[in-house]
Amino acid sequence: MSIKILPLVLGAAMGVAATAAHATTLEDVKAKGFIQCGVSQGLPGFSNPDAEGTWSGIDVDFCKAMAAAVFGDGSAVKFTPLSAKERFTALSSGEIDVLSRNTTWTMTRDTQLGLNFAGVNYYDGQGFMVRKDLGVTSALEMSGASVCTNTGTTTELNVADYFRANNMPYEIVAFEKADEVVQAYDAGRCDVYTTDASGLYAQRLKLTNPGDHMVLPEIISKEPLGPVVRQGDDEWFNIAKWTLNVMINAEELGVTMANVDDMKSSDNPSIKRLLGVEGAYGEPIGLSNDFGYSIVKAVGNYGESFDANVGPDTPLGIARGVNALWSQGGFLYAPPVR
Amino acid sequence: MSSETQDAAVKPARASLMNDPQVRGLFYQVLLVLVLVFLGWQIVSNTMANLERQNIASGFGFMENTAGFGIIQALVDYSETSSYGQALLVGFFNTLLVAVIGIFLATIIGFVVGIARLSNNWVISKIAYCYIELVRNIPLLLQIFFWYFAVLRAVPGKRDKWSFLFDTFHLNIAGLRGPKPVFEPGSGAIGYAVIAAIIGMVVLSRWARKRQEATGRQFPVFWSSLGLLIGLPMLAYLLTGMPMHFDLPIFNETGPVFSRGFELGTGFNVIPEFLALTLALAIYTASFIAEIVRAGIQAVSHGQTEAASALGIRPGHTLRLVVIPQAMRVIIPPLTSQYLNLTKNSSLAVAIAFPDLVSVGGTVLNQTGQAIEIIGIWMAVYLSLSLLTSSFMNWYNQRMALVER
Amino acid sequence: MANAEVFQVRTVEAPQLPAPVSTSGVIGWMRLNLFSSIGNTILTVVGILIAYSLLAPLIQFALIDAVWVGEDRTACLAQDGGHIGACWAYVGDYLPQFIYGRYPTEEIWRVNVVYALFALLLVPMMIPAVPFKGTNALLLLVVFPIVAYFLLTGLVIGDEEILPIVETAQWGGLLVTLVIAVTGITASLPLGVAFALGRRSKMPIIKFVSVVFIEFWRGVPLITVLFMSSVMLPLFLPEGVTFDKLLRVLVGVTLFSAAYMAEVVRGGLQAIPKGQYEGAMALGLRFWPMMYLIILPQALKLVIPGIVNTFIGLFKDTTLVLIVGMFDLLGQIQSSFSDPTWSTPVQGHTGYLFAALVFWVFCFSMSRYSIFIENKLHTGHKR
Repeated sequence: MSIKILPLVLGAAMGVAATAAHATTLEDVKAKGFIQCGVSQGLPGFSNPDAEGTWSGIDVDFCKAMAAAVFGDGSAVKFTPLSAKERFTALSSGEIDVLSRNTTWTMTRDTQLGLNFAGVNYYDGQGFMVRKDLGVTSALEMSGASVCTNTGTTTELNVADYFRANNMPYEIVAFEKADEVVQAYDAGRCDVYTTDASGLYAQRLKLTNPGDHMVLPEIISKEPLGPVVRQGDDEWFNIAKWTLNVMINAEELGVTMANVDDMKSSDNPSIKRLLGVEGAYGEPIGLSNDFGYSIVKAVGNYGESFDANVGPDTPLGIARGVNALWSQGGFLYAPPVR
Repeated sequence: MSSETQDAAVKPARASLMNDPQVRGLFYQVLLVLVLVFLGWQIVSNTMANLERQNIASGFGFMENTAGFGIIQALVDYSETSSYGQALLVGFFNTLLVAVIGIFLATIIGFVVGIARLSNNWVISKIAYCYIELVRNIPLLLQIFFWYFAVLRAVPGKRDKWSFLFDTFHLNIAGLRGPKPVFEPGSGAIGYAVIAAIIGMVVLSRWARKRQEATGRQFPVFWSSLGLLIGLPMLAYLLTGMPMHFDLPIFNETGPVFSRGFELGTGFNVIPEFLALTLALAIYTASFIAEIVRAGIQAVSHGQTEAASALGIRPGHTLRLVVIPQAMRVIIPPLTSQYLNLTKNSSLAVAIAFPDLVSVGGTVLNQTGQAIEIIGIWMAVYLSLSLLTSSFMNWYNQRMALVER
Repeated sequence: MANAEVFQVRTVEAPQLPAPVSTSGVIGWMRLNLFSSIGNTILTVVGILIAYSLLAPLIQFALIDAVWVGEDRTACLAQDGGHIGACWAYVGDYLPQFIYGRYPTEEIWRVNVVYALFALLLVPMMIPAVPFKGTNALLLLVVFPIVAYFLLTGLVIGDEEILPIVETAQWGGLLVTLVIAVTGITASLPLGVAFALGRRSKMPIIKFVSVVFIEFWRGVPLITVLFMSSVMLPLFLPEGVTFDKLLRVLVGVTLFSAAYMAEVVRGGLQAIPKGQYEGAMALGLRFWPMMYLIILPQALKLVIPGIVNTFIGLFKDTTLVLIVGMFDLLGQIQSSFSDPTWSTPVQGHTGYLFAALVFWVFCFSMSRYSIFIENKLHTGHKR
C-alpha cells in the first residue's frame, strides 16, 4: 500500500483522473493478491478484532471463504472496519471488494443503491433487551418506555413502526455508535435496548453485568443479513453467491474442515461435485475447480462457522433456530452444485 | 504583490512580456481559474458518474418523503409520519436552541470568571485561574461525554427522582422536569401584555436617561422595568380570568413497570442530552470568554479606574460604568468568534444522541443515501449562521466603538 | 455664624494610634488578600468551600480509594457495599492499546522509533538557545515525515518486504491522535502561508479565491468536514481510485486547519511595518525572495504563539475523529469500555479521567510554552 498509494494521492490531488482500466473485480483482486473486505467496527460473533487486531466472526469467515475460493488461501484477505454510514459508499467507490457487515437485505438497498446481495448468512430480526429485575415478559408491556438504539439503520424505523402500530407512547434516544448505546443503556438512560437480536446478544457481553439483562421473545422485523457486492459485475457476484452456497451445502452433505480431505474420495456424487473432484464448476466463474474444497478447508462449513462464532458454546450463546438447515427446521436452503 | 507594482513604475521599456508584472499577474490568475475550473469539472463529472452508477437520484426531492423515525425533542410539530424536510427543520431549531442558551450561559459564566480572575481576593482569583486552565485544556468532546455519561450515572434512575424548589422541579436520569405553562383560549392578552411591558421598558429607560441628562437625578430603571415585565402580564392574567394553568409532571409510582416514573408528555421536560450538551458547551466556551474578558479589562488604562475612584465612584459602579464599557471594545471581536465556535461546536451533539441538525441530518443521510445534499445543507446552514452572527456582532461593535469627536 | 473666635489648644498628648496593620508575613498577606473586608472574607470562605467540595471527592476517587493493581474486574468491584475509586489497574492493563492502538506487537518498535525521533527533533527545535535551527527545521518538517511515513505504514521494495505493511485500520490511540495533529499542523502551515499571502494579494481573483476558501472552512464545524471526507470524498473521485480512510481524514483536517493557520499568519504579516517591504524592494528583491528572506521570517516568528495555539486547538479536535469511527486516544479508551474483563461501574469514570489527564498535560504544557515564547519574542515589534 505504502508505495502504491503515493501516485494515487498525487493524482487525486492534482485532479488527474487515474485511468481506471475497467478491470473486473476478480482481475483486480487477483492482481493485488488479496480481497479487501468491509466489516463492522466490532460486533462480537460477527466481526470483531481481538486485542492483537485479528478479526473473527461469521461475517469474517465469509470473507475468508471468498479468499479461499479465489486464492486457495483463506488468509489472503484484509479487513476494513466501517460505520453504518460509510459502508455502501466504501463498496461502491471500490475501497472494498465485498461488504460482509451484518447488512440487512432490503428492497431499496438492492435496487436503488447499486448493490447486490449475495444471499443470507444469518436470518435475524429486531428484538428488545431489558433489565431482568423489571419483571417484563413481553414487548407489548413497553408502553411509556424510553428506547436506546443506533441511528442510521433499519432498526430506528422498525421501532417507530412497532410502537405506533401498538399505540404505545415511547421516547427514542438514537446514538451514532453502538458503544455509546451500550454505555447509555448500561447507565440506565433507557429501559430498552433495541437492535438486531444477534446484536443484542453480542452487545450484552459489553454490559457491566450481562446476567442482569434479558432479550424479550418478540421479534418485530425481518432482518436477513448477508454479504453485498457491487452491481454490474456478475462474475464477482456469482463468486460471492456460490461461496455462501458451498458453505451451506457442505454442512448439508456433512463435509467439515476435519474430514474434507477424506471426503474427496467419497462416493457421493454431490460431494464430489462440491469439492471439485468431478465436473468443472469453478472454471466458468473464474475460479479453480476445487474452490469448494479450499473453502471448507479454510473456514469449515456454515454450521462450523456458526458454532465457533455465535453458537451455544460461545459467550453469545445463540441457538441455531431459524438459521438451521432446511432439513432441520430452519431456513437455510442452498441450490445444489450441479 | 507590492513588489510588482513597484516594478511596474520603473519598468524598462524593452522588458519582455514575461517580465511585465501585470501580464504575469494576469497569467497567474488565468492559470488559477483554469485549474479551479478543471478541478470543479473533474469533481462534478466524477460525482455524476458515481451517482449514476449507484442509481442515486440527486436533488432535493427526497425532502418530501416520509421520515418514519422518531425524534426525542422537537420544538415544532413532528411525528414519524412527517417528512424528511420537517425532520431537518426540527434539527435546525434544536441547534439554534442549544446555541442561544449556550451563548447566554457562557457569557454569564465567562464574565463572572473573568472578573473573578482579576479579584484582589487570592482564593477567588486562584479558583478562577484553575477553572480556566483546567477546562480549556481538555477536549470539548471529552467534557460532553463526562457530563453525559459520568453525571448520568450519578442521578436517580427513571423510577426515582430528586425534587427541589418546593417539589416543583424534579431531576432524574430522564431529565429535568418542571411545570409547563398551558395557554388556553383568551391567553393572547398575556402575550400582548409582555409586548406592552417591553415597549414600556424601552420608553422608560429613554425617559430616565433624558431626565438624568437634564436634571442629574437618577431613576431606578432596573427595578421598575422588572416590575413592568412581571406586573403587566400578571395583571393581564388576573383580569382575563386566569386563562393559563400549569401542567404538572405526573409521577406514577404504580402501574406497569415502564409507565412508572414520569409519564411521557406531562409537564416540561429538559432531556439529559440537552442538559449535558449545553452545560459542556457553556462551561468550555466560558473559559475562553473569561480570558477575553480579563484581557479586555486589563487593556483599560489604570488611570480610568483611578480617576473614577478620585471622583468618589464606588468600585461596583466603576466596574459597571467605567471599566466594562471601555473593555467591551477590546472584548467584542474575539467574543464574536467564541460565539461562532460555540455554535459550530454544538454539532458535537451527534456524539450523545441530541437531535441537532448534524445528528438528524446524519440519520436522513443514512436512510436516503443523499450524502451530497445533506452535507450541502449542513454547510449552508452553518455558514449562514456564522455570517449572521458575525454581521450582528459587527453592527454591535460599531455601536460600541469609540466615537471620535 | 460667629464672631466668637474659637481656639483649641491641646493640652494633653493625643493617644497613640495603633501600629499600621502588618502587610508583610503570612498573616499580613492573608489579611491583605483574603480578609480585607467583610465581603472579601465571605468570598474567601465560600471559595474555600467550593474548592474543597470539588477537590475532596476527586482526590478521594482518584487517589485514596483507587485500585492500583489487579488482574481483572473483580479487583475493582466494591466489596460489601463500600465505595470504590478509580480503577488504575485497568488503565495499566490497557496502556499499550491506548498508546499504540492495535498495532501488531512485534512491530511496535517502529512506533517507538517514530516517537523517539519526533522528540529528538522537536526538543532542540523548541529550545531557543540551541543552534542549527534551519537544519533542524528541515529534518523535522521534511525528512522526518517521510521517514515516519515508511516506518509506520511499512516499506516494500519490489517483492521484498523490508518493513511489513501495517494497515492504518490497525493504528489507534495516542498514535492516531499524534499523527493527525502533527500531520495536520505541518501540512497546513505552507497552505496557510499561501492563503494568507493570497488574501493580501493585489490580484483580485487570487484574493477572492483565498477569502472564499478561508471563510468557508472557518464557517463550518469540523465534524461536518469529517463526515464530508468519510462519506462524500469517495464520490468525488473517479471510479476505482480510493483513499485510505486515515488519509481522507487528514486531508479534511489539513484543509480545515489551513484556514485557521492562514488567519494567524495574516496577523503576523499585518504586523510587519511597511518599511520592511519598502526596504526589501529598494534592494531590488522580487516578490518571492522578499517574502522568503525578509517578511516571512519576521512574520512567522511573531506568530509562533498563534501557531502553537492553533496546534492546541487541533490537538483537542482530533478527538472528533471517533465520531467517524476512527480510534484516537479517546476513541480507543471508549472502545475499551466494552471489554467484559474490566467492566465495572467505575470503568467509564477512570477512562475519561485518564483521557482528561493526558490531554490536559499535553495542552497545558504547550500553552505554557506558547506564553514562554511570547515573552521571549517581545523584542522590538511592540510599540
